[in-house]
Amino acid sequence: MASESVTLWGRFLGRSIERVEDAALLTGRGRFGDDLPVRADTLHAAFLRSPHAHADLGVIDVSDALAMKGVEAVVTGEDAKAHTKPFVAGLKQPIKHYCVAVERVRYVGEPVAIVVAKDRYIAEDALEKIHVTYQPLSAVVDVEKSITSAAPVLHEAVGSNLLSDRTFIYGAPDEAFLDSDHRVNITVRYPRNSCTPIECFVVVAEYDPAKGGYDVLANFQGPFTLHSVMALALGVPANRLRLRTPPDSGGSFGVKQAVFPYVVAMALASRLVCRPVKWVEDRLEHLLAANAATGRVTRIEAAVNNEGEIIAFDIDQLEDCGAYLRAPEPASLYRMHGNLSGAYKLRHIRVRNRVALTNTVPSGLNRGFGGPQLYYAIERLMDRIAVRLRMDPIELRKRNFVLAEQFPYRCPAGALLDSGDYQRSVDLAVTDGKWQELLRRRNQARAEGRLYGIGCAAVVESSMSNMGYITTVLDAEERARVGPKNGALTIVTVTLDPLGSVSVVIDSLPQGQGHQTAIAQVIAEVLGILPEEVAIESGFDSGVAGWSIAAGNYSSRFAPAVAGTAYLAASRLRDRLSRLACQHLNVATEKLEFADGKIFSSDNPANSVPFRRIAGSSHWSPGTLPEGLEPVVRETATWTPPQLEAPDASDRINGATAYGFIFDFCGVEVDRVTHHIRIDHYVTMHDAGRRINPALLDGQIRGAFAHGIGAALFERFRYDDDGQFLSGTFADYLVPTACEVPDPIILHTESPSPFTPLGTKGAGEGQSMSTPVCIANAVADALGVDDIELPLTPDRVAALMSDDEPSFRSAGAK
Amino acid sequence: MKPPVFDYAFVEHLDEVVELLAADGGEARLLAGGQSLIAMLNMRLIQPTLVVDISRLPDHDFITLKEGVVEIGCTVTQSDLQLWPGLAESLPLLKRALPWVGHRQTRNKGTVCGSIAHADPSAELPLCLAALNGEAVLYSSRGERVLAAHELQVGTLETACEPDEMIRALRFPRAVPGVGYGFGEVAYRHGDFAIVAIAVLASTEGVRIAVGGVSEKPEICEWPLMEDRFLNDALNDLAWKLGTTEDQHATAYYRRSLIRKLGRRVVGEALACVG
Amino acid sequence: MRRLNAGQRHLVQFDLNGKLVSEESEPRLLLSDFLRGVLGSTGSHVGCEHGVCGACTVRLNGRAVRSCLTLAVQANGERVETVEGLARDGVLSPLQQAFRRHHALQCGFCTPGILMSLAELLDADTDVNEKSVRELLSGHLCRCTGYGNIVRAALDVFAEVSATEPAPDA
Repeated sequence: MASESVTLWGRFLGRSIERVEDAALLTGRGRFGDDLPVRADTLHAAFLRSPHAHADLGVIDVSDALAMKGVEAVVTGEDAKAHTKPFVAGLKQPIKHYCVAVERVRYVGEPVAIVVAKDRYIAEDALEKIHVTYQPLSAVVDVEKSITSAAPVLHEAVGSNLLSDRTFIYGAPDEAFLDSDHRVNITVRYPRNSCTPIECFVVVAEYDPAKGGYDVLANFQGPFTLHSVMALALGVPANRLRLRTPPDSGGSFGVKQAVFPYVVAMALASRLVCRPVKWVEDRLEHLLAANAATGRVTRIEAAVNNEGEIIAFDIDQLEDCGAYLRAPEPASLYRMHGNLSGAYKLRHIRVRNRVALTNTVPSGLNRGFGGPQLYYAIERLMDRIAVRLRMDPIELRKRNFVLAEQFPYRCPAGALLDSGDYQRSVDLAVTDGKWQELLRRRNQARAEGRLYGIGCAAVVESSMSNMGYITTVLDAEERARVGPKNGALTIVTVTLDPLGSVSVVIDSLPQGQGHQTAIAQVIAEVLGILPEEVAIESGFDSGVAGWSIAAGNYSSRFAPAVAGTAYLAASRLRDRLSRLACQHLNVATEKLEFADGKIFSSDNPANSVPFRRIAGSSHWSPGTLPEGLEPVVRETATWTPPQLEAPDASDRINGATAYGFIFDFCGVEVDRVTHHIRIDHYVTMHDAGRRINPALLDGQIRGAFAHGIGAALFERFRYDDDGQFLSGTFADYLVPTACEVPDPIILHTESPSPFTPLGTKGAGEGQSMSTPVCIANAVADALGVDDIELPLTPDRVAALMSDDEPSFRSAGAK
Repeated sequence: MKPPVFDYAFVEHLDEVVELLAADGGEARLLAGGQSLIAMLNMRLIQPTLVVDISRLPDHDFITLKEGVVEIGCTVTQSDLQLWPGLAESLPLLKRALPWVGHRQTRNKGTVCGSIAHADPSAELPLCLAALNGEAVLYSSRGERVLAAHELQVGTLETACEPDEMIRALRFPRAVPGVGYGFGEVAYRHGDFAIVAIAVLASTEGVRIAVGGVSEKPEICEWPLMEDRFLNDALNDLAWKLGTTEDQHATAYYRRSLIRKLGRRVVGEALACVG
Repeated sequence: MRRLNAGQRHLVQFDLNGKLVSEESEPRLLLSDFLRGVLGSTGSHVGCEHGVCGACTVRLNGRAVRSCLTLAVQANGERVETVEGLARDGVLSPLQQAFRRHHALQCGFCTPGILMSLAELLDADTDVNEKSVRELLSGHLCRCTGYGNIVRAALDVFAEVSATEPAPDA
C-alpha cells in the first residue's frame, strides 16, 4: 500500500525480512520476567494498597500477618523511611515520595505495606491480616479544582497542589494577536489513560550484604536516568545497583518506566530479609497503581488572518501528574515544548505551563508521551479555524505547513525540524487514500439521513529525545545552577569471536518491536554476512553493557539512535577488518567489498577470503597484525547528535533529534440507534525517513493506531469524586479488541534525516498522537458539534445528541 | 489475584453434591464452568470453605427435547448448546443470543445453568430464560422443585435457590409456530456485558419484551399489537420506567435511548419472523 | 467423591501435549500457575487473572479455555494442550509459520493464547471468515499489533489448510 516504493538501500536494509525473534516466541520459548528461574530461597511479595484516595496513616498492625506460617516479613513505610530516601524528580520540591507510603496515602492503590512470604498465595492471605487505621482526608481528583484554594493540599510542605507555573514567550505573540483578523480558541480536556501492556511488572531483587549492593532483574524499559533515581533512593553508588532485564518483555509502550519505584521496594525487602524477593504485579494492581498518561486541560487560541494564515498561538496547559511528581515528570509537558507550533510555520507563541497534583495514580511514560495531549488541542483548533473561516481543513493545513525548502527548520520554541515535505505527503495521501471518495460517501450518507463525518490531523512526530529538554521547566538561573543538560548518548558494541561470528550489545531494551531483527539487518548489511548469523544480546545488564542515562526504549529512539550507532560501530569494524584483509588479498582497502560472507576485491571477486577467517584472526594471531593496528575484536561506538543542545537563555529547546510527519484522515459513521462510532475508512500517511524493515515499521504504525483507537473510543481512568477508582478491571477499563480495531490504510513517504547515521527517524508513537484527534474531528463533523471529549464511548456520543429526548408519558401514549 | 484457601470436592453423583451443600451450612460454592466463580475467587470477592466441582457430574450433559420443552443439564456448556443441532429450530432466541455471551473461550467452559445461577443482571441467558418464561429444576436433599424464571432470579447476583439447592437443569419452552423471536444487545465491545439487552417474542396477538442490563433482573412487559406510534410511546414509557440508573458504564439517558431505539429495532425483527 | 483438603497438596495427573504429567497441587492453585510454576511450562502467560485478556488460554480436551479460570485439580485426568505442543519435531506448525510470515506478533506475550484459540478454530470450524476470526480474537487482548496481521495470518493458514484437505464429497 506504499505510495512510494521502499528504498532498498542494500541487500537487507529496506527489506521486510521475517523476524529473528519469532521462532522462540511462537513456540512458547520466550523468556519473559516471570518465566526465568530464580534462586531456590526466593521469597514472594504482595502489596497492601490504600483503599483511600487521601488519608493520614495511623497504626499499621502487622502482628497477625507475621504470625502466619510462611510469612517472613512485612515491610512498611517505617522501613522505607529508615533505609531509603525519597525519589528525586524533574522539579525540586519538598515532596517526600517513598517506595512505600510514609505517614500519608495520596491515591487509591498506593503501597502501604509489603508482605514477603513463601509464595504469592500465602502473601495474599497475609494481606488480609494486616490492620491499618486511616484518618480519611478529603480528596481532589479534578485538576482544575486541585489548584483552587478550596482544594485539599496533597503535600503540605509544598503548600499548594500547583508545583510549577511558567510562562514562555517566543516571538511577539501580543502584537500578532492585536494585528490578527480572527482569534479562534478552544478548550479541551484530555483524559488520563494508560497503554496497559499485557505483561505486568516483574521484579526480582537480591541484596548482597558483602558488597552492600543489589542485583535486580526487572522488566524495566528505561530511560536510564531512572537508574540514578533508584540508586540515589537506595543510597548506593550506581555500580552497586546492577539492573538486568529479561530477554523478552511483554510490551511496555512507556509504561514499564514506572516499575522503578518497585525496584527500590523489592531491593528494600530483599535487604530486610537477606533473601531474594520476587514480585509479579497483577492486573488489578497494574490498572490501579502502575501509571497513567497525564491528563491535560488546554486552552489554545490562534491569531489568524483572512487568508487562513496562522500568525500566533496562545496556549495555556494545565497538567495533571497525579499524586506525586514521579521522574521523569513533568517531562510529559515539556517533551513537545520545542515544537509547540506543530507542523506549522507560525512564528509567535505564548505558552503558560502549569504542573499540578491530584489524588490519582502518578503519571508517567505512555506511548506518545505528551503528544496526544498537545496535538489534540492543536488539531481540534485547526478544525475550528477551518469551520470558522469556511475553509477546507486540508487546504488550511497546507497553507500553514512549514515548506519543504525551509528544512532544516528552526521552530520558534527551538525545535530543529530535520527534513520533510509536508505538502507533498498530504497530496499523496489525498490521492492514494481516496479523500474525494470520502467526500462522496459523506454526501451520500447525509442524503440518506445518516450521520457521517470526515476528520483529519497533521502531526510532527519527534523522536530520540534530547535528555536536556526536561530542564526547560527550570528558569535560566536554576539551569545554570544545576549545569547544562543535553544530548542523548547511545552506545553499541559489536564483538568478533575466534570463529569469526558477530555479536552485538545494544542499549535499547526492546519490548517486542523487533530490534534484534533490525540490528541484524544493519550489521549484516555492513559486514556482508546474513542477518540470521548475527547474535544480538536480548537481555540488558547494567553490569556488563555500555550504557548512559539515555539508554532504554522510549521516545522512539531506536531507529535514529540505536540502529544508527550500530551502523557506525559496524562501519568502523569493517574499516579495521579491511586493513587486515587488504594484506591477505593484496588489494587496496578501498577496493575491498564485503558480501555473501566473503571479503573480496571489487576488481576480481575471485580474489576473496571468508569473512569469518579475517574476523576471527585477531584472536589467533594478534602478534602478526599490520603495523599500528590494534587487534580487531571489538568496536564500541558512542554517538550523540550535536543538534541536541541544552535549552538556551531564551528557553528555546530542540527536544528531539529527528521529526517525522504524519497525516491522517478518516470517515466515520455514528449509528443513530446504538451511538457506536464505526470507522469506515482510515488513512495514515507516514514519513519516518528511511525504513530499515518496512514490515516492522508498519507493525509500529498499526500498534500506535490501535492505541489511538482505544484512547479515542474507549479508554479512560475514571475516579469518583472521592477518588475511588472505577476502572479497576479489564471489564471496566476497555481495551479495544479485534472487533473494534479496523485495518488502517498505511501510506509512506521517505524524507531521510540529515542528522542521523542511517537517515532514519523514530516511529511507533505517531498514530497514538494523530488518531485520537483525527477521530474526534470526524465525529465533530458528523454531529456538527464544537466540543468533543474523549473517549467517545457510545453514552457520551448519545449525550452530544441528547436534546431530542421525548419526555415520560409523551403525547399519544395510552 | 490468587484464590483464598478452600476444600475442593470432585463429585460423581448428584446426591453427593446435595449432601455436601446440606452439610456445609451455606459456605460451599458450586463450580461448574467457573467463568464467574474463579474470577471472583481470584479477586477474593468470595471466600467459600468448600468448592464442589460439578463440571464432570455424570449424566448431566444432556440437551433433550420432549413435550415442547428443551431440558438442559447442569454440565452443558454454552458452546455445547451452540453446537446442538436442534438449536435453530427449537430455541431460535438462544441461537441469536448465545454469540453475545462472553467469548468463545469462556463459552467453552461456562455452563448454561451456571449463568442462570450466577444471575448477573446484564447477562444474556437469564434474560432469555425470563423472556421465554422457562423454568429451573432445583434439587436438594429435600427433593426437587421447579421455579419459573421470574421466581428464580430475585436480584443482582441473587436467586431463590436455597443454600442447599443446586440448579440441576433448565427447561426452555421450544419455539412455537406463529411466534417470532428477536434479540438485540448493545455492549461497548464485542463480548462485553450488555449495557442494554432486549429479547422479544412476537405473534399476531402481541409482543412480550424482556429487557436486561437496566435493573436488578430482567424486566418483562407484554403488550397487545399496536400501531407504530403507540409502540414508540410504550417503549418510551418503558424507557423512563427502567432507564434510571447511571453507573460507571453508561448514563441513564443512554440506557433510555437504547430501550427506545434498540427496542424498536428488535420488536421489528421479531415481528418480521412471525410465520 | 474425592474431597481434597485446603492447604494440602494432592496428586494431579493429566496429559500435557501428549505426555502424562504428574505433580501435586493445593486445591486453590490455578491451572495457569500449575503449568508455569509447578510444571515449568512457561509458554502460556498470565495477563489478567480474570478471564479477559486471553494470554493464558490453553486447550482443555480440545477446547480453548482460560487456564486462569481453571483450577489445576480440575484438569486431573484430562487432556491439556499448550503452545509448547504446536510445533512438531522442531518444525513450526502452519499456523505458527503464518504468524511469522505476516508479522502477526510483536512482543509475543499474548501470542501463545491466541495460537491456542486459533488452533481450535482450525480444527473445529469449517466456515472461517474475517468476521468469525475477529469474533474469536475478541477473546484476546493484544496491545502491540492492532490485530490486522493476526487476522491475515489466520485467514491465510485456513485457506492453506482447506486447500490441502479433501473436499467433503470426495
